[in-house]
Amino acid sequence: MKLIKNAAGRLVPTEVNGLQQIPFKGVNKYKPTGLKAKPKIKTCIDYPTDGNKVVKDLKTALKKAGLKDGMTISTHHHLRNGDAVTNMLFDVVKEMGIKNIRWFPSASFPVHSHLIKYLEDGTIHHIEGSMNGPLGKFTTEGKMKGVGVLRSHGGRYQSIQDGEVHIDIAVIAAPTADPFGNSTGDRGKSACGLIGFALGDSEYADKVIVVTDNLVPFPCVPWQIQGNNVDYVVEVETLGDPAKIVSGTTEVTKSPDRLLIAEYVAQFLDEAGIMKNGFSFQAGAGGTTLAFAVYLKERMKKKNVKARFIRGGSTKYLVQMLEEGLTDYILDGQTFDLEGVRSMRENAGHVNTSPFTSYNFHGKGNFASIVDAAVLGATEVDVNFNANVVTHSDGYLLHGIGGWQNCLYSKCTILAIPTFRDRIPVIVDEVTTLCGPGELIDVIATERGLCINPKRKDLLKAMKDSSIPIIDIKELKKEIDIICGGAPAKPKVNKEKVVAIIKWVDGTVLDSVFQVEK
Amino acid sequence: MVKTNKKASAGKRGDSVRSDCYFEIELKSSGGIKLDIKSKVQSMYGESIKEMILDMSKFFGLKDAKILCEDSGALPFVMAARFELAVKRLFPDNKKEYLLPFNKKNLYSTKKDQLRRSRLYLPGNEPKFFVNAGLHSPDGIILDLEDSVAPTEKDAAQLLVRNALRSVDFYNAERMVRINQLPKGLDDLKYIIPHNVNLILVPKCESAEQIQQLEKEVEKLRKQHKVQNPIYFMPIIESALGVIKAFEIASASTNNCALAIGLEDYTADIGTQRTNEGRESIFARQMLINAAKAAGIQAIDTVFSDVSDMEALRQSVLEAKSLGFEGKGCIHPRQIQVVHEAFAPTSEEIEKAKKIVDAFNEAEKKGLGVVSLGSKMIDPPVVKRAQRILSLIKGN
Repeated sequence: MKLIKNAAGRLVPTEVNGLQQIPFKGVNKYKPTGLKAKPKIKTCIDYPTDGNKVVKDLKTALKKAGLKDGMTISTHHHLRNGDAVTNMLFDVVKEMGIKNIRWFPSASFPVHSHLIKYLEDGTIHHIEGSMNGPLGKFTTEGKMKGVGVLRSHGGRYQSIQDGEVHIDIAVIAAPTADPFGNSTGDRGKSACGLIGFALGDSEYADKVIVVTDNLVPFPCVPWQIQGNNVDYVVEVETLGDPAKIVSGTTEVTKSPDRLLIAEYVAQFLDEAGIMKNGFSFQAGAGGTTLAFAVYLKERMKKKNVKARFIRGGSTKYLVQMLEEGLTDYILDGQTFDLEGVRSMRENAGHVNTSPFTSYNFHGKGNFASIVDAAVLGATEVDVNFNANVVTHSDGYLLHGIGGWQNCLYSKCTILAIPTFRDRIPVIVDEVTTLCGPGELIDVIATERGLCINPKRKDLLKAMKDSSIPIIDIKELKKEIDIICGGAPAKPKVNKEKVVAIIKWVDGTVLDSVFQVEK
Repeated sequence: MVKTNKKASAGKRGDSVRSDCYFEIELKSSGGIKLDIKSKVQSMYGESIKEMILDMSKFFGLKDAKILCEDSGALPFVMAARFELAVKRLFPDNKKEYLLPFNKKNLYSTKKDQLRRSRLYLPGNEPKFFVNAGLHSPDGIILDLEDSVAPTEKDAAQLLVRNALRSVDFYNAERMVRINQLPKGLDDLKYIIPHNVNLILVPKCESAEQIQQLEKEVEKLRKQHKVQNPIYFMPIIESALGVIKAFEIASASTNNCALAIGLEDYTADIGTQRTNEGRESIFARQMLINAAKAAGIQAIDTVFSDVSDMEALRQSVLEAKSLGFEGKGCIHPRQIQVVHEAFAPTSEEIEKAKKIVDAFNEAEKKGLGVVSLGSKMIDPPVVKRAQRILSLIKGN
């Protein structure tokens, strides 16, 4: 495998799974030209005039869809760790004797460790999406036949739109659907909220199969996926385990250190002048970011400040803010708890979004860059503010990129992270895997204080009299190394063997994950 | 070296364990040191863990042994304490101490009358809480050797607390240790006196003799280890007898800086239940405040144990403040800020204090013996209190 150094100084392959790759050229330096991918022309006369696209089972649908060796099948992570559909799907693929599938999920979860046997026996060739938990371990140990490709949610849409990934068959798990294929995630026994991650797939895939456990008579309204893009509808007993699809309730962290971080972030938004009438922020569902939203809410109430919109990861905490009039809108990318699902169903101010509206690189703008502040996590940050979200310091893939890379484009990006976990430093000299260039990261918020990117002189000035300690990131790293007993050793990896690549939002290759040597 | 056991273990193991480790040392008659290290941070610190274990083995004179280490991300000071404990459990007569270098940030001393609004209790055998405790800015951090430590793990906590006093940055919080009830607590002293402890909490105190006994032992160790920094005592009154003897205890040593009350044990002792209103302890608390003030030291209130109810905590602190208490015990870092806010002087108090201090300065400048504000004469204790209030705002 030929490796070259990209503009970030990272070694990346020029060819992956038989496809030419473009190395990362720098933030906003790469603009592909030409035409977008073109879906095949369809005619309605090929579809049942009564609108009934229901077929007997998934196997029938896959056969009708013309499943063959080497095809690309896409799935989506709305059902999170409760997903039974993807596992069922590949059981059928295996049964049909099909090989070398490129699996293109929007994310994977530990429940998908069921698929390891299909990666081993050649049913699945490789994964393009995320490789979490056990799949990450499998991949990092070099056991996958092809090379994994990790993309952000926006990058996934980009790859579909510019033709980098052509989806042969999209399988969309829909908590409610009608026989025509109109689908939604906001109701049904397996309700998950939003199924917007499947939008691009429904528009661009050759064949689209909707799988549902709540088939309702036409029309299923309001729909999140249009039946006009759907080929077949399959009814199954269950989509999965509702308790693992959405949390009954999400809870803020109880860790005093993480609460302190969350408090610092809220205080920062206030003192830096970001928290003002009409502002916007993004908050995820991690324990720390949830707590941040709670602290910010207190400050907003005290100062009588109202947000125009909040982008989330919706949870009961954001729903409360919407219902108490502290924001006009929630622009929801995915829904994390039952309160979020209810609000999406009931409240016109709780708006469905998709990677197209929020993150898309090939759109005429996207929401992520409009947001005033995004509060995100990371597994590692280095002294140049570069950050990692996919591997841990031991070199193992553990998480996907999600919308993280896309959110870096907000006006102020804050990574809310502890300085070390047990004995694992989070602030390091150089990230194990580069996922986000430091130039897009403005503030590192830790339990020891804030590190502000020296590029943001405005923020440094605004915070100079703050009661929050403002620390030089290099000094902070020194302190952490002393606590942890020296700088951590780098994982031993095989620099010849790339097991996965990290795509930047524009489709170029930002970094490689190498096989870890045991 | 006298061998008493062939095999000993120390520390904690299992999936739920974090920031700790487990050692098992089995002595052999030959074969040198055989290491079996399973560490969560193997790829990052595997080599340095190995080096440290070999160094410690050499230090303690282990030659032939099988050493198992199950590490859940223990920091070096924890690992050293656990290893030393396993060795001491094998050789109880081995007096050698494996001491890590002193963190230079830990050499500060404290003042007898400094702010002690909040003191955060940390269980002495739970290292994961130690490292970041100071970030929450308590006035004092208590490494507890008493009630939060299981009787079978007292030896573990002694070594861990000793190592923490040397290695863990307390971020300028007063470095406190609660020793065990006397006389057993005297045995704890050698693990803390040479390691720059600032204050010793003496639980279940019932007589002046106990404090004198403590003072004697502390002085002996101070001389032996050439300790320069002051070491203060905070006796805790936790019984009916203790309450009756409060003044005698408070004035038993010039090293006493405060008298604290522990209401869990006290209410049990007088045969009642602790309530939120606290009517059952009003006598004890007022008695203690009076005794402390009579002896010229601080009066410190008990801990507030409902960590989820911050409003009740605030009310409890306001009540304590109104009675004359100057500090409150915390068992969760989130309580600290609430305690500080509630103890903070109100704006009226600050205004009044400023006027009094100004009048005092004015009188002093003019060489007047009597301070007066308007038509009122102001007594020295009032001036002192006003000065204290103003220093409190600076403390905040």
